[in-house]
Amino acid sequence: MHRVYEDGGREIVLTIFRHNPNDEDSIPHFQDYPIIERPGMTLYIALTQIYTSMDHDVSFDFVCRAGICGSCAMVVNGKPRLACRTLTSEFSEGKITLLPLPTFQHIKDLSVDTGTFMNAMTKRVEGWIVNNSPQDISTIEKPIDPELSDEIFELDRCIECGICLASCATKVMRPNFVGAVGLNRVARFSLDPHDSRSDEEFYELIGDDDGIFGCMSFMGCQDHCPKHLPLQKQIAYMRNKMVKVR
Amino acid sequence: MQKNHLIELLTQKDNRKKKSKIPARLDFLQSATGAVLVLFIMFHLLFESSILLGKDAMYALTKAFELDFVFKGGEPLFIAFLAFGVFVVFILHALLAMRKFPSSYREYSAYRLHAKMIQHEDTSLWFIQITTGFMMFFLGSIHLYTMMTQPDKIGPFASADRIYSDTMWPMYLLLLVSVVLHASVGLYRLIIKWGWFEREKSKWMIKAATIFYLGIGLVSLGVYMKIGYEHRGEYGKRYTVEANK
Repeated sequence: MHRVYEDGGREIVLTIFRHNPNDEDSIPHFQDYPIIERPGMTLYIALTQIYTSMDHDVSFDFVCRAGICGSCAMVVNGKPRLACRTLTSEFSEGKITLLPLPTFQHIKDLSVDTGTFMNAMTKRVEGWIVNNSPQDISTIEKPIDPELSDEIFELDRCIECGICLASCATKVMRPNFVGAVGLNRVARFSLDPHDSRSDEEFYELIGDDDGIFGCMSFMGCQDHCPKHLPLQKQIAYMRNKMVKVR
Repeated sequence: MQKNHLIELLTQKDNRKKKSKIPARLDFLQSATGAVLVLFIMFHLLFESSILLGKDAMYALTKAFELDFVFKGGEPLFIAFLAFGVFVVFILHALLAMRKFPSSYREYSAYRLHAKMIQHEDTSLWFIQITTGFMMFFLGSIHLYTMMTQPDKIGPFASADRIYSDTMWPMYLLLLVSVVLHASVGLYRLIIKWGWFEREKSKWMIKAATIFYLGIGLVSLGVYMKIGYEHRGEYGKRYTVEANK
């Protein structure tokens, strides 16, 4: 039974996965950190409190603290989430277990390397505008229909936090799978009229069992995406396109 | 060995530096064969449940499938042809779907641990999909082979004798549960995979259909058991409408 203080704070326990794969003497284990919850406390705040006042050795990633950078993604009671967007009050029993994101290279404790994967993924799907027709930079860029533009910007909201990959059973089983983040990126450029690539060219990027045909529709990506991106729709859209390529 | 094959082996692309289109065809075929089998099983279960409307209804339907309105007395060979066609699609679907099975203990264990951790319905449903799929390699084959080789032994008494006196009911019970669950999860996957309909509504409707098909399947299996028990003394004797008036 956790104590509740007069100012509304209650005692909660954060159980954190501790391990440093670069230290031969490090043994993977879980460590409990009892703290006092305060109103509006996020997991990011709780972790910062642990780091500053209890254990200066615990590692976790963060940058923006506002759900924009995607750095603080971790597994919270089994669900991949952003620490900065998760309130400790959501867990009524006051017990919160934190793990690093699976499928990425583990750095230490809750810290993982998502950058290496995202960089490789961007190169793999050529996640940029490709247009080889002559460009005249002195003229105004061709306008896009506002509705289409909204649709593209919607997909651009991906923050590459890695939660879609950590939630995906296909990715967990088959590490070469490009994941929803990569397929969403291709869908984004496929929609963009500034990009001159044909479906045949996109097929060369994702037309295999590590790409669009590897997705087994588990929907872990869509159900855990902190930005609520329409990933199912985008993957279905790309699959319908790619299957028609002759 | 053709040189083009060697180029693909070494570069994963053909001699024009293009990716193979085979993965796209396989993905489409897996879905297409699955959709055909789902449609087939939906009607099959309804037809076999005609026993709930009485022996005469089931007998009339059996004879209709034997095209008795064309050939006097019906021709069971048409059932054998139908069973053969379904068997071909069934084997093709199994072959294509096997590509997605966990191919090693590492993959299996990664999936199980992940599913346990994340507690996500659509992820957990896959376990049902692969276990029922695996069971049907055997159960579906037994049933289809029987229908191909003994198409004349379908009818209110013949089917009931097979189920009760020939002790086929455990096989049919397992097959019924496997096929309904596999078809339900498979249909749901197809819907979201190709983006046909809205996801939550589809899930709700498929859950309702699963209960309906399991219900009529189990009840009709019970009815066949009852008929088979009552008919055990006359095992092998065929049903005729006149004799049972």
